[in-house]
Amino acid sequence: MQPIIRVRNLSKRYRIGRVEPYRTLRESIVRSLTAPARAARAMYDAAKGARDGDLRGDERHVWALCDVSFDVMPGEVLGLIGRNGAGKSTLLKLLSRITEPSTGRAEIYGRVGSLLEVGTGFHLELTGRENIYLSGAILGMRRAEIQRKFDEIVTFAEVENFVDTPVKHYSSGMHVRLGFAVAAHLEPEILLVDEVLAVGDAAFQKKCMGKMGDVARTGRTIIFVSHNMASIESLCSSCLLVSAGRLEAKGEPAQIAMRYLASELRGSGGVRSLIEHPGRRGDSMPIATSIRLRSDGGTPTGVVRMGAPFETTVDFNAPHPIRPILGLTLKTVDGMPLFGVSNRWTNQGLETRRVASGSVSCKFERLPLMPGTYLLDLYFGDFGDQSRDLDIIRDAVSFEVVPADLLGTGMLPRPTDGPVFWSATWTFA
Amino acid sequence: MKALPHRTEASACEPPPAAPAPVPHFVIEAGRGSLWDALGELCQHRELLYFLAWRDVKLRYKQTALGALWAVLQPLLMMVVFTLLFGKLAHVPSEGLPYPIFAFAGLVPWQFFQSAVTQGGASLIGNAQLITKVYFPRMAIPGAAVGAALVDFAIASIILFAMMACYRIAPGAGIAMFPVLVALLAIFAGAVGMWMAGMNVKYRDIKYVLPFMLQLWMFATPVIYPTSFVPAGWRWILALNPLTGIIGGLRAAVLDKPFDWPAMAVAAALTLGSAAYAVWSFRRMERSFADVI
Repeated sequence: MQPIIRVRNLSKRYRIGRVEPYRTLRESIVRSLTAPARAARAMYDAAKGARDGDLRGDERHVWALCDVSFDVMPGEVLGLIGRNGAGKSTLLKLLSRITEPSTGRAEIYGRVGSLLEVGTGFHLELTGRENIYLSGAILGMRRAEIQRKFDEIVTFAEVENFVDTPVKHYSSGMHVRLGFAVAAHLEPEILLVDEVLAVGDAAFQKKCMGKMGDVARTGRTIIFVSHNMASIESLCSSCLLVSAGRLEAKGEPAQIAMRYLASELRGSGGVRSLIEHPGRRGDSMPIATSIRLRSDGGTPTGVVRMGAPFETTVDFNAPHPIRPILGLTLKTVDGMPLFGVSNRWTNQGLETRRVASGSVSCKFERLPLMPGTYLLDLYFGDFGDQSRDLDIIRDAVSFEVVPADLLGTGMLPRPTDGPVFWSATWTFA
Repeated sequence: MKALPHRTEASACEPPPAAPAPVPHFVIEAGRGSLWDALGELCQHRELLYFLAWRDVKLRYKQTALGALWAVLQPLLMMVVFTLLFGKLAHVPSEGLPYPIFAFAGLVPWQFFQSAVTQGGASLIGNAQLITKVYFPRMAIPGAAVGAALVDFAIASIILFAMMACYRIAPGAGIAMFPVLVALLAIFAGAVGMWMAGMNVKYRDIKYVLPFMLQLWMFATPVIYPTSFVPAGWRWILALNPLTGIIGGLRAAVLDKPFDWPAMAVAAALTLGSAAYAVWSFRRMERSFADVI
């Protein structure tokens, strides 16, 4: 069978900062007027076989994507995972032709629909009905096609009563639902989906995943970016791991997901700088500077034995003296929260002296988790201003829990029993 | 005969059902795509062009009290001003026609050009969100600005014909050239708007240059004065401006005056030439839009 997408040595280079000598408008006008001559010259050079003259590495550039090659077969649902900035979105942008590669090529056999954000082309002043047509047309639907699917879209988005209301009066949930609904009714042979399903409430996310599954079952080819390993594993038939612009692995989703998490773990080693953390929420003040994980008081480690002590220390540096509040949420790798702790609820630290920098530690005497990989969300606040958390970092650090014979029998609960380990006392009568 | 399996029942590992239409094939590579590909693609996306123009029209007069009346008021008020200044005070000749109608017949197409170029020039910046998130022929964006301006032009033209009825001036056989000249004007406006839009992505200087340039351009075009107002020795300079032939031609077509065929021929040639250059140049610039905008 012929691949539907064939990617060969695809690379994309971005310039960092303004390294290129500054060009004035005047020079540019001149350049553009003399461009035909240069184009002729370039064609001549190309014909002579001299190429890539513009790719000399003498300027400061970053390769967002470097020498990536892979094939996608028709009907394949390909997951794309990697850290933030690994090049996943760049790859989708190249395949959807939003931006041009610097070198390499990709061949695509079929109509491509890209869903890189929810509500592409929406205009707040226009009504729901108008936006369905506009967004549909921008995403590549024909007018007749939109007309045919109009009712279906409205029903899916659950906005029946607001079709003729300007979108600016919509709740954010309605807005997102309508945006996804339009895109979900695209019928291209190839669908490129960035992590757009991370928005909206849980019920809607579930609905979106269901719809994606339906689309996949109709034999459409999908490339799907997600940080949610559970949805990658349930939806995808194969998976790519991208790391620092390079293709690191391709294979079974479950295997690749494991590999990704393992590499994440190696990266952390129990200490992680939080300066410029990708998971920091946009409106946060970068107060938390680093996080350290320890077990048994020794050196920082990313690997903890089941039931062992577990201590998290967060260093902070605030612009003004604070009485720090540290909140932690422990989550499974799929992002399911397990439990949270915070000294806000215990009032510990309420009476301490205000300090601008220091550290806060939180210790569990026994970590009640089953073997596996876990993530920590971090909330940093101030008792002096409890209206909001100052610094919020999602997936601040990951750590691994390894098995230990806690029951003394060599046996442990099954993994299907859930991520929490708890012991009990038994009586028999 | 065996029934075909139902579409939704096909499992993910089976090949997709054969598409009824020929499957499009793209090659993604640095610096690809000819001029003809670009125009063909734009033609395929004409519905999108329509929707974008429709959006621009719909949004243009949102939250204005007078709405689409502005399309009429702008040239009308300019006509009043120029009639007082040039017609009454400066006694600018008007080819034997009442000055107001002479000026208005020039101002309506000029306003179309001006608004298409202004809106077109700002259009890519205004749609940055779209450009970074979805692919479609980028030319559709400045193209839609021309479409939206065309709607205003149609409304203003109705007023022009109504005014002519008041002055008892009827168009003659020359009116047959009207659609041709409007098409030329639209192509030229599209070319200028598109080029400005592309330049504007990289150099926001255009935003400041454009209004000033358009103001000068209007006075360099026989909009509110006839070509005969210019000394004969200098007229060839006027003819280098495609708008001279086009706007002069439109006025002649509407007001039943003789056409200046040589000027119109020059205008047509210059229009097509500049359109080809604009498309070619735009294609070069558009490669980096998503990265630069």
